[in-house]
This record gives sequence, C-alpha cells and structure tokens, in this order.
Amino acid sequence: MIDFETFLAVTRLYTDYASVLDNREWDKWPEFFTDDCIYKVQPRENYERGLPLATIAFESKGMLKDRIFGATETIYHDIYHQRHVVGTPLIHSVTADTIESEANYAVFRSRMDELTTVFNVGRYIDVIRRTPQGLKLQSRICVFDSEIIPNSLIYPI
Amino acid sequence: MSLHSSNAPMPRWERGDTSRVPYGVYTDEAVYRRELERFFYKGHWCYVGLEAEIPKPGDFKRTQVGERSVLMVRGKSGDVHVVENVCAHRGVQFVRERFGNRNILVCPYHQWSYDLDGRLRGVPFSRGVRQPDGSVHGGMPADFDMSEHGLTQLKVARRNGVVFASFDHSVEPFEDYLGPTILQYFDRVFNGRELTLLGYSRQRIPGNWKLMQENIKDPYHPGLLHTWFVNFGLWRADNKSQLRMDEHFRHAAMISRKGSGGENKEVTSGVSSFKQNLKLNDDRFLDIVHEPWWGEPTVVMLTLFPSVIIQQQINSLSTRHIIPRGHGEFDFVWTHFGYADDSPEMTRRRLRQANLFGPAGFVSADDGEVIELSQRGIEQVPWHRALVELGGRGCENTEHMVTETLIRGMYDYWRKIMED
Repeated sequence: MIDFETFLAVTRLYTDYASVLDNREWDKWPEFFTDDCIYKVQPRENYERGLPLATIAFESKGMLKDRIFGATETIYHDIYHQRHVVGTPLIHSVTADTIESEANYAVFRSRMDELTTVFNVGRYIDVIRRTPQGLKLQSRICVFDSEIIPNSLIYPI
Repeated sequence: MSLHSSNAPMPRWERGDTSRVPYGVYTDEAVYRRELERFFYKGHWCYVGLEAEIPKPGDFKRTQVGERSVLMVRGKSGDVHVVENVCAHRGVQFVRERFGNRNILVCPYHQWSYDLDGRLRGVPFSRGVRQPDGSVHGGMPADFDMSEHGLTQLKVARRNGVVFASFDHSVEPFEDYLGPTILQYFDRVFNGRELTLLGYSRQRIPGNWKLMQENIKDPYHPGLLHTWFVNFGLWRADNKSQLRMDEHFRHAAMISRKGSGGENKEVTSGVSSFKQNLKLNDDRFLDIVHEPWWGEPTVVMLTLFPSVIIQQQINSLSTRHIIPRGHGEFDFVWTHFGYADDSPEMTRRRLRQANLFGPAGFVSADDGEVIELSQRGIEQVPWHRALVELGGRGCENTEHMVTETLIRGMYDYWRKIMED
C-alpha cells in the first residue's frame, strides 16, 4: 500500500516539473534531477525492441545544463510554447530510498500564427530518489508513442 | 500515376548554368511527380536499409522507395528480397508492421499468399469449391497463371551490409551507379565488417526533399549555423577539407578533418553563432576517439542521390533516409549503427555523440528548422530563384569548403534527367 504522503509528494514533483517547463524556467529544470541522473527521450519502437538509441540521452546534470544552453542559445529554431498535461502517477514500488513510478504525458506545441498541435505523447518512466532536498529524479525516460517528430524537438519534455 | 508530368513545363533557369535555382523545383507538384518517376522509380538505386535490420530468415522491414511502400525481406537461404507492399489481387497495402518475421506473406483480405521473394504461392478457391452433388462452383479461369501474379519485385543491390533497390531492372550495377570515387568513401564506412543496429529517429520535415540533399552538399553553413561545429572546430571553413563528386555530379562526399576549435578571426569574427565563452558542463558529448579506419578525415558526409545520406561525423554513424511526401514535405529516418566488434565503451560513445544528431541534435535540429523556413519563404515567391554562387558558377571538386559547387553539381545532373 502506498501512503498518501508519498503519493502526494510524487504528484507534486510531476506538477512542479511540468510547470517549470511550460513557464520556460529553464534553469530550474536540471534541479529536478540528481547529479548522476539519466534523462532520455526515446521513441517507443527503440524502447520496446531493446534498441539503445534515444533521441536525447543524457547521463549527468551537467548534460542537462548543456541542453538548456543549447536550446536557448545555440540551436536555431522556430519559437514555440509547450504545454504539458501529465496524468496521475502510477507508483510501482516504494522503498526507503527510491520510488519507481510512471505517468502518461501529452505535450502540446503552440507556434506563433499557428493552431496548437499535439507534439509529443508518451509516458515518463521514473526512478525517484529521496534526498535531503526532497524528491529528485535519478532517472527519467520519456518513451514517446508519436514516433515521428514534427520536425525538431528542442526543449525538454 | 503521373499528372501527365511528361508534358509539364519545367522551371526556367535564369542562366545557362545552375548557379540560380528556380524556386519552381521546390514548389511545382508536376515537377515533383516527374522527379518520382525519373529519380525514385527509374534509372536510380534507392536506399532500403541495412542487412543488420533483418538478420534472420523471414525477417522483414517495411520501408519506402519514393512514395511506394516496399518490404525488405530476408529469404530462407539468407538472400535479400525487396517487394512492393501491394497485393497482386486487389491492391491492399497489406503489411502494416514496421518489422516482423514471417514464413510467407499473406494478404488478409482474401488470403492470397506469397513466398518471401514475392512469388504467388496460394490463392484460396482457385480451383473452385466442390459441392455435395459433385459439381464445382467458381474458381479461377483455366488460363490463370500463378507465376504472372506475384508481388512486384525490385532489383536488389547489397554491398557490405547495405541494401539498395530499384523498380527499374535495367538500372546500371550499383558500383557503377556510385562511381569509383564515391564507392571508395562508401566502402570506408561499410568495409564488410558486421554492423550492429543502435536504433531509429524519425522526423517529418515540411520542406522539399532536395533541400535535405542540398543541406549535406552545403559545407558553407555548418561553420555558421551550428554553434557547436564552429566553437569546437568539428566543421568550419579553416578545416582541411575536400569536396568530391561522381562523374555525373549527382553524388557527393564532403570530407574534412576537425581542427582544435576556438578562435580564428578569419572564420569566427562576426559569426554570431561563435560563443567565446561556450564550455560544456559535461564534455563527454565530445569524447572523440580516432578510429583507425577513418584515415585522416574525421568526418565524411556522403549524399547518395536521391534517397540517402551516410554520416560519419566523429564517432557517430548513421544512414539518413529521405522519404518524399509531396513537393513540400519529407520524412527523414535516421538509422544509427555501429560495428559488431565495437567495445562497450565505443558503443556508449556512439550513443552519446548521437546527441549531436537527429531531430533533437545539438547540430542537426536546426537543419530541419532552416529547411522548413526555406520552404515557407520559397512558397511565398515561387517565381523567384535561389542564388548558389559561392566559389563560382561551375561544378568541380575542390580542396576547400568555401563553395556551393556540390549544389550546382546536383542541379546540373537534375537538369539532364528532368529536362530530357
């Protein structure tokens, strides 16, 4: 049985995470993760077939910071907003140190002068670590069903 | 199939050469239909995949040649067949899985079944249905010949683990198609070593398919558009480089050796993408290990006309398959691979460096974005033309990269085939 405190804390983590991305508070994004974190955005076909390639594959908080610099300073791209809708956590296991959890997500993309479109749909597969600073993502794999990316994927999911 | 494209007027070129590309080549649907017929369906080899994608007998991959759905199938004796994914009976595009394994190919509509090479093997009720009174109802006409009604078979070329196909059985041999210069760079990456499949990235880019060929025939932009290339010296105008084409100028190789990066006023001053203070928090993205088979170059980008780009950029390897979807859009499918004798560290390195490439890549994401915005601007002024005059107006191989010669070369070939 999962206690309510844990469920609420994970839910809060997910809503805060989505809020930071949707509000373009880019520098706060890496702080959701542990220093030696894994962050991947991976097509479902690769994930399910055991193929290791991911569209984005980071393995440290430093890489996440480099991505933010890339997305905001070095990668030329059209301007767009993201809006995340994240489902209720499906918590698989809880120990004193870690929580294994997943949640469905849908990300909508809004470009200037265009209608909003569904951009990326999938699920987060997470390992969450309890730390003195609160819950941190030790691993987040965004496995997306919408395997064809509408041109490019710039910001984190 | 065609919109009478053989009678359609071709775009007018402002000069006798190909240094001014009329925007009609990107916007005209009839031009596009003729490109499908003359480049993708006739006289050319198109990329279908790697043999490593279908290792076992019966394995198949569904992919496309131009806009036509095809299956690359591993036969029972290890041979590779490419057949069109259209049932010979009533036209059902019957295989939907992207990958799978089958003993026979069966269309679900009326259970027509085919051998792995596409030959028709079984037709239900072809001899009719015997009734309790001994009479026979239905059945195919007496002159129905199974051998005439297989799936459309494509001609197949395999070279060192890579598979190309053509609907045109009179196409020249694959090696002649590439020509000796390009073949040598093809064999540099695919030298017979067993390949391992690392996975796929797929993106849909709202731009004409040729804009992607041009992007990898354009050594001018990487050191300007791509901050990482200019900052870290992976590709920029002060690097030692060569540009090579086949004798028809349709294929090309961009060959270069990375420099140490940093500042060089000749190529970085005034370049807004050069970031004086860019330093990575985690430099494992660029943990480059020189592999013996590279020789001197650290990057060779091959554009094989019309359908594929082959990438070796530092330790990252991929094929990039161009699948056209009308004049204004194409799918771009990246298949990343390594070699069966790679160490686990090398595999990790290839996967890490894959962050530079693909639809989210530090240096590739903006190529798709720029192509989309090019198409938009071009559609706005379809009577106008592009200017590709850097390095002159002719088509020749060079010992530097400050030129648009490869784009002019591609259109020199394009005009020969399209205006004929």
